[in-house]
Amino acid sequence: MSGAPSKSAAVLEVDKLHVRFAARQSVLKRLMGEPKRQVHALNGVSLQLFRGETLGIVGESGCGKSTLARAMVGLIPPDSGEVIFDGKDIGTLRGIERRRFNRRVQMIFQDPYGSLNPRMTVRQILTEALTVHRMRPRPAIAARVAELLDLVRLPPDAAEKLPHEFSGGQRQRIGIARALSVEPEILIADELVSALDVSVQAQVINLLLDLQERLKLTVLFVAHDLRLVRHLSHRVAVMYLGEIVEIGKTEELFAAPRHPYTRGLLDAAPDLDPARRSRVASVRGELPSPVALPSGCRFHPRCRFAFDRCEQEHPVLTERGASHLAACHLADFGRPQAVAADVDESVA
Amino acid sequence: MLYQPQTREQSHPAHQLRVRNLTTTLPTSKGHVAAVSDVSFDVAPGEVLGLVGESGSGKSMTLRSILRLAPPRAILSGSVQWGDEQLLTVPAGRLRALRGRDIAMIFQEPMTALNPVLSVHRQIDESLAVHTDLDARGRRARAIELLDLVGIPAAASRVDDYPHQFSGGMRQRAMIAIALAPQPRLLLADEPTTALDVTIQDQILKLILDLRDRLGMSVIFVTHDLGVVAQTCDRVAVMYAGRIVETGGVSDVFRAPHHPYTRGLLGSVPQSGDERRPLLSIEGTPPALSAMPTGCAFHPRCTFRSARCEAELPLLEGIDAHAAACFHQAEVMAANRGDG
Repeated sequence: MSGAPSKSAAVLEVDKLHVRFAARQSVLKRLMGEPKRQVHALNGVSLQLFRGETLGIVGESGCGKSTLARAMVGLIPPDSGEVIFDGKDIGTLRGIERRRFNRRVQMIFQDPYGSLNPRMTVRQILTEALTVHRMRPRPAIAARVAELLDLVRLPPDAAEKLPHEFSGGQRQRIGIARALSVEPEILIADELVSALDVSVQAQVINLLLDLQERLKLTVLFVAHDLRLVRHLSHRVAVMYLGEIVEIGKTEELFAAPRHPYTRGLLDAAPDLDPARRSRVASVRGELPSPVALPSGCRFHPRCRFAFDRCEQEHPVLTERGASHLAACHLADFGRPQAVAADVDESVA
Repeated sequence: MLYQPQTREQSHPAHQLRVRNLTTTLPTSKGHVAAVSDVSFDVAPGEVLGLVGESGSGKSMTLRSILRLAPPRAILSGSVQWGDEQLLTVPAGRLRALRGRDIAMIFQEPMTALNPVLSVHRQIDESLAVHTDLDARGRRARAIELLDLVGIPAAASRVDDYPHQFSGGMRQRAMIAIALAPQPRLLLADEPTTALDVTIQDQILKLILDLRDRLGMSVIFVTHDLGVVAQTCDRVAVMYAGRIVETGGVSDVFRAPHHPYTRGLLGSVPQSGDERRPLLSIEGTPPALSAMPTGCAFHPRCTFRSARCEAELPLLEGIDAHAAACFHQAEVMAANRGDG
């Protein structure tokens, strides 16, 4: 399939992004002068999305992956930091520039039921997108609608139907058709197939792979399912409590994870091979509250390898190889030589 | 440790669940539809059976039918034999005694299964009061011990908490503790980890396996996740459109599926080494129960189909061995070999 994308062309860039939400707090407590409680959704996330690649964002619920996706299309204004598209901070775009950005960076949502207007036929949904962005002169719209339906492999008679008449997988295709109708360069897919049954998931995944090849799309694929992210992505970023803890090329990251959390996540994902069973849970404990983040390394309370320094000092992303970064004080964790020894140990 | 499986085995003979030709029919506006058709399987003591299928395949309804928990107007037929009792026909009073004590159930959404206005202690206590003859102090000690057993940290201080004070994973643990309170012989688990994150799912699955070993119970595990089946179950039954289409030992079925549906399901899951290549998907969607295709229900989506599949219903031969309900098993197996 398509080769690794060239390094130079970052089409969308995120720089030290912070997003906080106000947490629920009673009026009484606020009057009593308690400090405002905040959910720290994103804590200084930086990444680059290169032209033509699929970047997978993976993490458990509450890790900030959806917030990141939404901030990258401008749906959530960051508290600090920038999302840079075409050399400009998208927060400063106004009027026609903002509209152009909206067209070129499209988002597909997790919930096909919630993101399609139940009172509009598929034709109306697609026509609306095509007219708002003046993609085609009015007489050419019908032909374009037919073309789009064909592109996502829906039958031509689908145009006159309402969203509820479709199955979940078909509805997700309508969402894809709507996103593609404005000929975007970047697709941001947030849990695109999570709500679908596995056989239907595979259909949508195959469609996405095919469309990306044909239309030369850049894709940000946000999901909690490691297998899917691994299958689709050229590069993968692992998030934990609003931070990227590891980012690198898919094969490298999956073959030799350099952060204990990534390693735990990989081990926790149930393997399809019944012969490879383990009876020990890979990560202990639960996700701490994003209102009161742990000190030092956010992962240290759950980490088997934590030592004194992890409690006090917050690790930053550092090089672990060519374009492979991890945020862990154990710089040698998961080094390919060391991994071989680890594997022997766990087999024994 | 109060939990000593040996003491129980003296009073209870080894039970086995035998389900034969179980059919659950539901009245709908479009007439009667069979949500479960002619389902037969056995569960041996200490065994974990996986019931796997996509939404609407009848896997949860099968589980509920075992305890007669299907919707009130559902019509059940066939036989569900538990030891020497017929669960489909025993009087309601006897069934109530068996539910919870012999056969317990856990659900996908702990928040809907737990009572939000009762403390966790009260909810475990309810079950202990009905099914054991411990006094109040003994029951409290047992409740704390149970929470400890399912891995709730500082159980003695959390036992009086309410469900909303627990996280999702802890609620699931609390529900398991309630289910295990009377030391059931069989645990019916209906997608107990589907709503959980992968690291918490991993913890809960391993907890269930540990408890199976320590308490010597059997488990029926309903799930849509083939990875969960591979990691937790001894045997598997694959359901499609209300029927079991393939059954067998987990390693046999996963290594060499005999049914095109099982083959398609396994192929739909991305595997390492095949990155960015098309998945072996199954075209189309499962049929509606009210519009079931003739013959084999899978034939409209099947790439191996022939005229016979449209006319005739393939039957599942055998219960314990590896078996599939398909006329073209030889071709499916040849295709498996072709995949390398």
